[in-house]
Amino acid sequence: MWDTITNLLPLVGAALHDFLYGFLPGWLAYLLLGFIFIVILLVSILNTVLAFIWLERRGISRFQVRLGPDRVGPMGLLQPIADAVKLMTKEDIVPAGGDRAVHYLAAVLVFVPALLVFAVLPFAPGVVFADLNIGILYIIAIGSVGVIGVFMGGWASNNKYSLMGAMRAVAQMVSYEVPMVLSVIGVVMVAQSLSLEHIVQAQELPFILLQPLGFFIYFAAASAELNRTPMDLLEAESEIIAGYHVEYSGMKFALFFLAEYANALAVSIIVSTLFLGGWKLPLVPPYIALPLKIFAVFGLMLWIRSTLPRLRVDQLMGFAWKGLLPIALLNIFITGGELLIFKGYPSWLALVNIPLAALILFIWSRLFTIKIRATATSARPAPSARNV
Amino acid sequence: MPADIDGLSLSFWILAVVTVGAAVAVVATRNIFRAAIYLVLSFVTIAALYLTLSAEFLAAVQILIYAGAIAVLLIFGIMLTREQRAGSPSGRLSFPALGVAGLVAFALTFVILGSRWNVSQAPLPADNTVAIADALFNQFVLPFELASVLLLAAIIGAIVLVRGSKE
Repeated sequence: MWDTITNLLPLVGAALHDFLYGFLPGWLAYLLLGFIFIVILLVSILNTVLAFIWLERRGISRFQVRLGPDRVGPMGLLQPIADAVKLMTKEDIVPAGGDRAVHYLAAVLVFVPALLVFAVLPFAPGVVFADLNIGILYIIAIGSVGVIGVFMGGWASNNKYSLMGAMRAVAQMVSYEVPMVLSVIGVVMVAQSLSLEHIVQAQELPFILLQPLGFFIYFAAASAELNRTPMDLLEAESEIIAGYHVEYSGMKFALFFLAEYANALAVSIIVSTLFLGGWKLPLVPPYIALPLKIFAVFGLMLWIRSTLPRLRVDQLMGFAWKGLLPIALLNIFITGGELLIFKGYPSWLALVNIPLAALILFIWSRLFTIKIRATATSARPAPSARNV
Repeated sequence: MPADIDGLSLSFWILAVVTVGAAVAVVATRNIFRAAIYLVLSFVTIAALYLTLSAEFLAAVQILIYAGAIAVLLIFGIMLTREQRAGSPSGRLSFPALGVAGLVAFALTFVILGSRWNVSQAPLPADNTVAIADALFNQFVLPFELASVLLLAAIIGAIVLVRGSKE
């Protein structure tokens, strides 16, 4: 009984597979099956994104002691749907002097990688579209393509704020990709595999306990890649209006917006998979365990977003190159050393790694401060040097 | 061309045409930003070619390094140049450049057609990521480390050059 519940989706999938191949020619059944699964995936992503948008707007209102959207539907639940309808009925504008083709292509090129990432994410035992043996590398590679779409959008808009937002986006995303990739290497070394399915199965103990430093680096770098608020310099409203998508409206803006939240969802799943044990949770079936973890991770992002103020550009770059990068290298070095000494990765190493991570983070935050250059021309007093 | 066109060779020809077409477009397009985008397209189709050869590790690295990093740096460079909307002005050197490029293309074609390509008879490893790792870190560890030291020196050199002199 329990096995039937846990393996519900693979069983249904196999039944559908047999049914379709039963009376259709091979290629048609193949295409149809792919189409059905893509529709299922899209619908579930869109629904989760709507939930995320509602959660974010209401949650942040809570943090800021105000009500937030509460008019449309009970507790404002239908607000994201109303927004979606509004966006789709808006006029689609390409600015004069902008590059029309690139302007269109940018929205697509941002959205498609956000969807492609879901192909390798394991949702439950056996429920994964493609268990690539390079899973996590695939995710990183696909994730690095989205930045081109951002740049194309900023350039094609023929607007200096868009271009500035795009420039910031590239500087930020290229910088944070480096510590993000390096922090994943620790997990890969412990799990001895790049496949996400294997990484989940390797987690007797969630890797957040074995790789606390890796988790911290990955989470910080990923929220920079997502351009969420402590690091949302590329759309900083008070400085450059909305960054690279100022000149977008209607469905094309909706694609940018969707891609942003689809990426947030993907990062929540990746963090759950790499560090929190994926669909594994004692006494809880996988279909409940993974959503619980996803919403916990997203809640943490919300919390950080509503707590921290936005970083300055130099602080942001300094945090990536002088803060995260050296710790990421140190993490690889420590993990490799432990693997070499113990010929494996016993669970009690968590007791060593957690204090070690805390110690490293503390020492690093003491050693490393950003110097503020006092400029003669600036009239306002220089802000005091802050630890990063 | 052989008569039995299966899916793999069909995809090879489609990808080959798109790759070459994109590469020609990079050179032929006036608008330098669009040229960079065509370059990204050709990088991606080359990654797809690797995929058809079941070299998925190489494909992912190709996307990550070329489409994700090098192309972005190129575009960044274009953004920092003036007059990028006007595109590259036609210089007096275009015809000599055509001559040199043609000569190089001729030489490369000659070499590729003239050399004997040895085909390994060994069976494909089941997991070629493991095979690549084994080759890099066991078999050829010294050249690999030398290359990484060289790259590190280049990175440090670049930083030193950019820093300039500070009083």
